[in-house]
Amino acid sequence: MHITSPIAAQDIQRLRVGDSVLLSGIIYTARDAAHQRLTDLLAAGEPLPFDLRGQAIYYAGPCPAPPGRAIGSIGPTTSTRMDSYTPALLQAGLRVMIGKGARNSAVIDAIREHGAVYLAAVGGAGALLSQCVSHAEPVAFADLGTEAIVRLTICNMPLVVAVDCMGRQLYH
Amino acid sequence: MLETIRLIEAAQITDVVAQLCVQANTCLGEDIRAALTQAHACETLPLAVNSLDVLLKNADIAQREALPICQDTGMAVVFVRLGEQVHVQGSMTAAIHEGVRRGYRAGYCRNSVVRDPIDRINTGDNTPAVIHVELVPGSELHITVAPKGFGSENMSALRMLNPSDGLDGVKQFVLETAKAAGPNACPPMIIGVGVGGTMEKCALLAKQALLREVGSTHDVSAWAQVEQALLAQINALGIGPAGFGGNTTALAVHIEIYPTHIAGLPVAVNIGCHATRHCSAVL
Repeated sequence: MHITSPIAAQDIQRLRVGDSVLLSGIIYTARDAAHQRLTDLLAAGEPLPFDLRGQAIYYAGPCPAPPGRAIGSIGPTTSTRMDSYTPALLQAGLRVMIGKGARNSAVIDAIREHGAVYLAAVGGAGALLSQCVSHAEPVAFADLGTEAIVRLTICNMPLVVAVDCMGRQLYH
Repeated sequence: MLETIRLIEAAQITDVVAQLCVQANTCLGEDIRAALTQAHACETLPLAVNSLDVLLKNADIAQREALPICQDTGMAVVFVRLGEQVHVQGSMTAAIHEGVRRGYRAGYCRNSVVRDPIDRINTGDNTPAVIHVELVPGSELHITVAPKGFGSENMSALRMLNPSDGLDGVKQFVLETAKAAGPNACPPMIIGVGVGGTMEKCALLAKQALLREVGSTHDVSAWAQVEQALLAQINALGIGPAGFGGNTTALAVHIEIYPTHIAGLPVAVNIGCHATRHCSAVL
């Protein structure tokens, strides 16, 4: 199934746990350090560096881009490290998360509450996944190096629905 | 009789370490490729077959395009077996760190090391490496570079069992650790197990166990049987490739043992991902 990010709310509702999807469009990288900063900004009532509403975050910290490439290897990191930050980001409008591994019950509840979805990539397939990225544009927190937020334009990224909007999970 | 001393320039070590960093990060081991190919033929669930397909294609792309197999190019763990008749001209330690610095830059690898575990400022060049030196007889210098990613490293564990826990206790702990690792450790995993020694020796044994060729068996047949039994039990967990379900949760269980104290039974489990990277050279 082909889907495009930002994904419309009604399209998120059509995704079922275990579905294989090919995702295209716009996604944003953010991992541990960027999540800390985003939630600090939310807690302080300050604006975020990009409009999170309806958007997708990819838990990834890429390798440097070799000459002639948009980005270096870029596979998913372990999502559970982002669990403590995730309900606040869903509350602020985040709708799609991409990573690897299971989520905790607070995240699953928040996914259900906000009609969001969690997609899993194959961990360790960084070279293959880098070929899905045609453009990478820095957005915020450049001082974090690989942990900076980058806006990616992607085409046909192979993913699996790991938690659907009903809160059903692929991992046991 | 006077023993001959062999001189090795530190600069040679830097060059070799830099090459090994690039090679280990971009070329999947042939043993692991063969094991993944075999697993691909044994899976029936579509998500399991697809995930193994993605991993094999990923390895091909990485090698062909000289891209890191995984974006987590790890912390560089460097094992040195230093011949007692070798004298290194210059600092071997500094030479190794410089090799890591150059290799990670040349290979477009990620800098994943922070200078202090709490302030978490990136060192910017993936140094320092973690270096283990062993003195051995002879006049050769063996170097192995094993970049270790933390998806799998974070799921590793060590426990000081009681002697009365016995082999069943060891097996139980390995199984528990593999189960807890689940999808986070990028299965199919390689499970490195250390049994015996002291706490730090046991952890080192587990890491060294990850360097063994996948498909090889323990020299002692009783331990080889334990490896096989554990592999079957771990694969029966059903975690599967990428954690999406299937028969292939681990490609191998490797156990290394060492004598231990009358009061102890240390067990360490170092989880390796489906790439478990390492490359070696001899000077």
